[in-house]
Amino acid sequence: MLRASLREVSAALKEGRVTPTELCQRCLSLIKSTSFLNAYVTVAEETALKQAEESEKRYRRGQPLGVLDGIPIAVKDNFNTAGIETTCASNMLKGYISPYNATVVQKLLDQGAVLLGKTNLDEFAMGSGSTDGIFGPVRNPWSYSRQYKEKTPPKSSSENEESDWVITGGSSGGSAAAVSSFTCFAALGSDTGGSTRNPAAHCGVVGLKPTYGLISRHGLIPLVNSMDVPGILTRCVDDAAVVLGSLAGHDPKDATTIQDTFKPFELPNLIDVRKLCIGIPKEYHAPGLSSEILALWSKAADLFKDAGAKVIEVSLPHTCYSIVCYHVLCTAEVASNMARFDGLEYGHRADMNKSTESMYAATRREGFNDVVRGRILSGNYFLLKQNYENYFIKAQKVRRLIANDFVKVFGSGVDILLTPTTLSDAVPYMEFIKEDNRTRSAQDDILTQAANMAGLPAISIPTALSKRGLPVGLQFIGHSFQEKQLLTVAKWFEKQIKFPMIQLEEVKRHDCSVFQHQKSVSFL
Amino acid sequence: MAAAAAAAARGCERVWRRAWWRGAADAFPAPARAVACNARGGAAPAGESGLASWVPVVGLEIHVQISSNSKLFSGSQVQFAAPPNSLVSFFDASLPGTLPVLNRRCVEAAVMTGLALNCSINKKSLFDRKHYFYADLPAGYQITQQRVPIAVNGSLSYSLCIDNKMSQMVTKTVRIKQIQLEQDSGKSLHDDARSQTLVDLNRAGVGLMEVVTEPDMCCGEEAAAAVRELQLILQTLGSSQAIMAEGQLRVDANVSVHHPGEPYGVRTEVKNINSVRFLAKAVDYEIQRQIEELENGGTILNETRSFDSKLGCTVPMRDKEGKQDYRFMPEPNLPPLILYDAKSLPVNMNHQQVVNIDWIRERLPDLPSVKRAKLVELYGILPEHSFTLLNEDGLAEYFENVIKQTQMKPKKVIGWILNDLLSYLKQHALTVKDSPVSSFLLADLLNLLERREISSSAAKQVLEELWKGEGKTPLKIVKEKKLELIQDQKELEQICQSVIDRQEDEVMAIKVGNQKVLNKLIGLVQRATRGRSNPVLVKQILEKKLSE
Repeated sequence: MLRASLREVSAALKEGRVTPTELCQRCLSLIKSTSFLNAYVTVAEETALKQAEESEKRYRRGQPLGVLDGIPIAVKDNFNTAGIETTCASNMLKGYISPYNATVVQKLLDQGAVLLGKTNLDEFAMGSGSTDGIFGPVRNPWSYSRQYKEKTPPKSSSENEESDWVITGGSSGGSAAAVSSFTCFAALGSDTGGSTRNPAAHCGVVGLKPTYGLISRHGLIPLVNSMDVPGILTRCVDDAAVVLGSLAGHDPKDATTIQDTFKPFELPNLIDVRKLCIGIPKEYHAPGLSSEILALWSKAADLFKDAGAKVIEVSLPHTCYSIVCYHVLCTAEVASNMARFDGLEYGHRADMNKSTESMYAATRREGFNDVVRGRILSGNYFLLKQNYENYFIKAQKVRRLIANDFVKVFGSGVDILLTPTTLSDAVPYMEFIKEDNRTRSAQDDILTQAANMAGLPAISIPTALSKRGLPVGLQFIGHSFQEKQLLTVAKWFEKQIKFPMIQLEEVKRHDCSVFQHQKSVSFL
Repeated sequence: MAAAAAAAARGCERVWRRAWWRGAADAFPAPARAVACNARGGAAPAGESGLASWVPVVGLEIHVQISSNSKLFSGSQVQFAAPPNSLVSFFDASLPGTLPVLNRRCVEAAVMTGLALNCSINKKSLFDRKHYFYADLPAGYQITQQRVPIAVNGSLSYSLCIDNKMSQMVTKTVRIKQIQLEQDSGKSLHDDARSQTLVDLNRAGVGLMEVVTEPDMCCGEEAAAAVRELQLILQTLGSSQAIMAEGQLRVDANVSVHHPGEPYGVRTEVKNINSVRFLAKAVDYEIQRQIEELENGGTILNETRSFDSKLGCTVPMRDKEGKQDYRFMPEPNLPPLILYDAKSLPVNMNHQQVVNIDWIRERLPDLPSVKRAKLVELYGILPEHSFTLLNEDGLAEYFENVIKQTQMKPKKVIGWILNDLLSYLKQHALTVKDSPVSSFLLADLLNLLERREISSSAAKQVLEELWKGEGKTPLKIVKEKKLELIQDQKELEQICQSVIDRQEDEVMAIKVGNQKVLNKLIGLVQRATRGRSNPVLVKQILEKKLSE
């Protein structure tokens, strides 16, 4: 039952084949037995069971709230959840309990979803591995799959086996791992430079980053306000469409959401791709792209061609500047957004009362990790009066050029762009941490970031397993606010490739007690 | 630190004493006259000292709290003197994940103010973040309009009197550089004894309009008159209550001095000015200080100074570690603020969602200058009287209400309003609204006078009674105190006769031809009748009797 899709389990709930409480309990117990993955940083067991109970009553009355009623979900720990700790995996917000729900969280709850807990991430979503948070790294469930074990036999001793596990990608690695390991049916991530699509690709799940402005950011603790979008992680494209339908639309609390009303849609089952024009941007053949992925990418292009679609090579000439441009814009907004964490109103406050300034300094030194502090420093540097013109303004201009690249390509008749999501499959943690966060983020966001610069919708679809038995994803990028078209094409593709289901091995032997920070919320 | 502050205070006191000496002489003391401005706004010639004259340059930055129910970017209420931290939304406290949502009312108030100050309204304006760390700024930045403000290039005309005589008024104009929308900060309360700071966020996020003038003024009086006029305009528009004592209007003055023909001098910024009177004082003090400093071979630092109203001087403020770099950045959570006019208004746009400049323009109330001109034209009163009428909240309305209810000519009514009503209110620190004598009662009284039922001196006696606010009508007081004019000709003739009989010397003088003495006799008759005689009638009777 837990391996079913959201829509399937929703049907089961409706038909009474399972009750919301049973479903919730099963998920909670799976969360416990997979706790070594470190996907969740807070499990809201009591409130989840209460929500399930409420849902059950509705079903008994024959008045469920909709498809999401009784569906267990998880939310990345950078969305505010009233009464449940919201930490951003940072000492700065450890123990912080928000008094309000993010709009997306509220919308899910209003539709009867059961919130199981909050998922792990890189501190303040700054990273591409889900390795740099105070709760430790997230382990990719595929590390424990039969597929991976078979292809990558343990080197020798059991000690080495422990170090073979691969990262989830990030920064929404906890959410991707949660969906991938069947502990929930959908999860929210956030996507600023690829933070939803990257872990989705590495964990073999669908990762959707909708158009900027389609979903409210109110309550999402920002990384880069002008690029952040709540992301959706599900097992299949249809599920992503369901969750999108429940979240999209204008929010009076977020002035950057579109005014037009959003009409939820269902994706057709019979899809004709013959009238489609698929663009293959040549710049995405980036240095470091694994030959495996390159082969998959061209195979996917052939798939469309064979089905009658027009497949053409296109150029997005400014793609190569996106990394450096992103670095300037991201750090500048980070410097600004992080200014509020001063220890006065909420969050960590250092035990230092020499002066207000020294309290600020100590608080921020203790509260933020090196990655966050580093970005704050560079961001403030770029915003200095003497640098603003040379860095920030220039980066904004480059951003415009990058966005215009897409406008031109889409203007020329291209419907959807097809690209890889990541350069390679997931690397083992021990290898990943050999490089610092900055280098890693720069490399890993390279194929996903431009969509954020341009605000475009993009989705990563699990496509195949690599030679090492790990998932690899491909990305589709669509026109602004044309989610329906994007998801329709993605669904067609998903049907063709028949990505294998993860075969998780018995996980009991992993000791859960290692992860001591995991706690239940026992109030409300 | 404490020692340094004390030293500064002592030094300040010394300077202040010198200034006080000068101030003691006249409204514009002699040395200060060198910098006093003439009617054309230039500097007056140098005094006898023979020193080259100085041209003071004054520009203002005026922070105006917008009168609105809720804050600029949040739904919390705006209210003065509410219990600390009782008006704070999640956004105001900068809780992570909260976003600003622009308050339409604040935009309309700024457009209104911009139009009233002859500004061009930018149909597209932008919001920026200005970063600095301070305890009462919870986000670590203020949302303001640094790059493209909502209104630019306006002007403000104001009048002031020269040499303290109301009869000599000149009208001047100061250019308005821009009006920008921005957030107010919270308030910090420093408890030095316990070395702690208490923060009240009630004010955090309240909508402000920052009105920036060009440096077109040259003395404290001008700055004060300009701010006073702005205050009246804001109150007329209702865009702000503009009460300085409640911090709804806060003025920072930029002051510099230079020799004619030379570039502007280094300027200082004077802060913490909380009344129009102190503004004039602070600016004049600062001008004088700078001149003295320069004439003694010193230099002026580009610094922020604070006005100490108790000592009457400006003192350097402890600057936050030298020059601040505010690291301005576009506010990413607010789309550009788009305004429309009749021409650009999209057809199928929800009118609740747009601000139409023309719609606001058509509904602007009469501005003080127009109101004054109307009062002068309609009632034939003096221009300076129209200023006094408008300077007091509700006084013009009071005046017009009296006019409506009385037959007395406006020119006569204004005397009662300005000399009697206003001076009484001032003496008792009352507002027009709190006047114990309503416009109705005053009109009633003036009607008795106009119908010659009482004399004007009797009317003043009645007014004295009316101030007590015992609810008696003027007529009742007249009856009780027997203040009616003596209508009986014979009785009056008898009284006149008895006065003539007792004043032989005066009668002789009149008979010799000194007609002025007649007034004394009239006065004596008035006294004898306790103001109940009609002076015109008394004069006739006396003249008749004396010519017999």
